Amino acid sequence: MRTIHTKDIVDAVAGMCVKANTELPDDVRAAFEKAMAEETSPAAKEVLRQLLENADISADTKLPLCQDCGLAVYFVEVGDEVQIEGGNLRDAINEGTRKGYGEGFLRKSACDPFSRQNTGDGTPAIIHFDFVPGDKLKIVYMAKGGGSENMSRVTMLAPAQGWEGIKQFVINRVAEAGPNPCPPTIIGIGIGGTFDHAAKIAKKSLMRRLDDTHPDPDIAAKEAELKEAINKLGIGPMGLGGKTTVLDVKMTVEPCHLASLPLAVNVQCHSQRHEEVEL
Amino acid sequence: MAEYKLTTPLTDEDVVQLKAGDVVFLTGKIYSARDAAHKKLVDLLDAGKDLPFDLEGASIYYVGPSPAPPGRPIGAAGPTTSYRMDSYAPRLHSLGLKATIGKGKRNEETRKAMQDHKAVYFGATGGAGALLSNSIKKSEVIAFDELGPEAIREMTVEDFPLLVINDAHGNELYAVPDRKAAGIE
Repeated sequence: MRTIHTKDIVDAVAGMCVKANTELPDDVRAAFEKAMAEETSPAAKEVLRQLLENADISADTKLPLCQDCGLAVYFVEVGDEVQIEGGNLRDAINEGTRKGYGEGFLRKSACDPFSRQNTGDGTPAIIHFDFVPGDKLKIVYMAKGGGSENMSRVTMLAPAQGWEGIKQFVINRVAEAGPNPCPPTIIGIGIGGTFDHAAKIAKKSLMRRLDDTHPDPDIAAKEAELKEAINKLGIGPMGLGGKTTVLDVKMTVEPCHLASLPLAVNVQCHSQRHEEVEL
Repeated sequence: MAEYKLTTPLTDEDVVQLKAGDVVFLTGKIYSARDAAHKKLVDLLDAGKDLPFDLEGASIYYVGPSPAPPGRPIGAAGPTTSYRMDSYAPRLHSLGLKATIGKGKRNEETRKAMQDHKAVYFGATGGAGALLSNSIKKSEVIAFDELGPEAIREMTVEDFPLLVINDAHGNELYAVPDRKAAGIE
C-alpha cells in the first residue's frame, strides 16, 4: 500500500481550483484561436478577441476568467493500493475547495435550494469516485458554471428513435439554448446507462481535452457529425451569429437497459476551466 | 452599426436613438442586481417602501462579481443570464428603469415593456469577467449585504463596452438558429 496524506490532497485541490479559474487551458485557447481564424463576421471575431484578451488579463492579474467560478466538480480515481492518511478523502477534497475558493478570491456559488442562503465557502463540492488498479490518486476538477448547466437536459428516448432521435434532441437543445449558455459551447453527451448515469457520463465527457479524438472511430465520427450540424445553426459566439456555435462535441456511450435509450446533454460554456492532478 | 458614448442616468433621448447592433460605451453609476436582489426589490415595492437606489433613468447590471482581491475595487464581473430576471423587469421598466445589462434572450413581456417604456437591453460579453472588471472603477455595497455576491452594488463604470441586443423599437440582435441548415426541420 502507498500512503497519501490528506494535507497533500488539500493543497493539490486548492491549487487546481485557483489555476483553473485564472489560467485558460491551452486546449481552449487553441480552440478560440482556430475559431477566430475561421470566423468572418466582425461581431463573432470581436467576441473571440475579447475572450483572448480576457484570458491574458486573467493570467496577469489573477482575477478569475469568469465571475461564476462554478460549483466545484471532481472526478476522482482512487488506486486500490492507495491508503489515505490524516482523514477522509471526501473531507480533504472539500477542504481543498474551501481553501482554493477562499485564498484565490473565487466566487462561492453554492446555496440552499429553498432559502437560497449561500453556504459561504464554495462547498459542498460534487465528487464522483471511481476505484482503479494501481497506487495513484488522480483528481480531475472543473469549475461548472450555472448559466450553461441550466441549459442541460436528460431525456429517456425510445430505442426506436435511435441515432436520428439523439441528433434531433441534441441539436434542438442547442438551438433552444441559443445565446444563453455563453457560446461557443462544448457539448458533453452521455448515451446509455440509467437516468442518473447518463448525466454523469455526459459530465465526464466534458473532462476530455478539446484536442483529443475519441478512440472508437464510430463514436468519433458521430461527434464530428453532430459538431458540423450544430455549427450550421449559425448561433455563433455569444449568439451574435457565426460559424462557431460549439467548440466541440464530446460523447460517452455505455450499455443501457433493453427498454431504454437514455440521453443526457450537458452544456458547457466557452470558459472550459479544467485541471487535473495525480498524486 | 453606430457607436455611442453615454452617461448614466439615461434619458428617453439616449435610449430611443439606439438600434440593435449599436456599440455603447457606458460611463457613470450602474447597479448590480440578480435573482435574490430582484426578489427583495419587488418585496420592497409591494410593501410600499423606498428602493435602495433611484430607478428613474437607472441601469441595472445582472452580475454577481467574484470577491475583490487587495488593491482592486472588484473581482471578475461579467454578466449573468438575463431571462431569470424577466419576471421582475417589466415592473421595474414601468417605474423608470432605462437599461438592463446581461447576456442571453429576454421574454416577450420584457421586450414589450422595453418598447412601452423606452428602455434598452445591453449585452456584455459573457465569460469576459476579468476584462469587464477593468472598466469598473469603484464598487460599493448599498443594500442586502447578507446576499454576498448577490448584494446590490453601486458601481462606477468608465467606457463599459456594451452591445445593444434589444432596442426600444422591438428589434433584436441575436441570430435566429437555422434549424433547416442543421437538418432538424
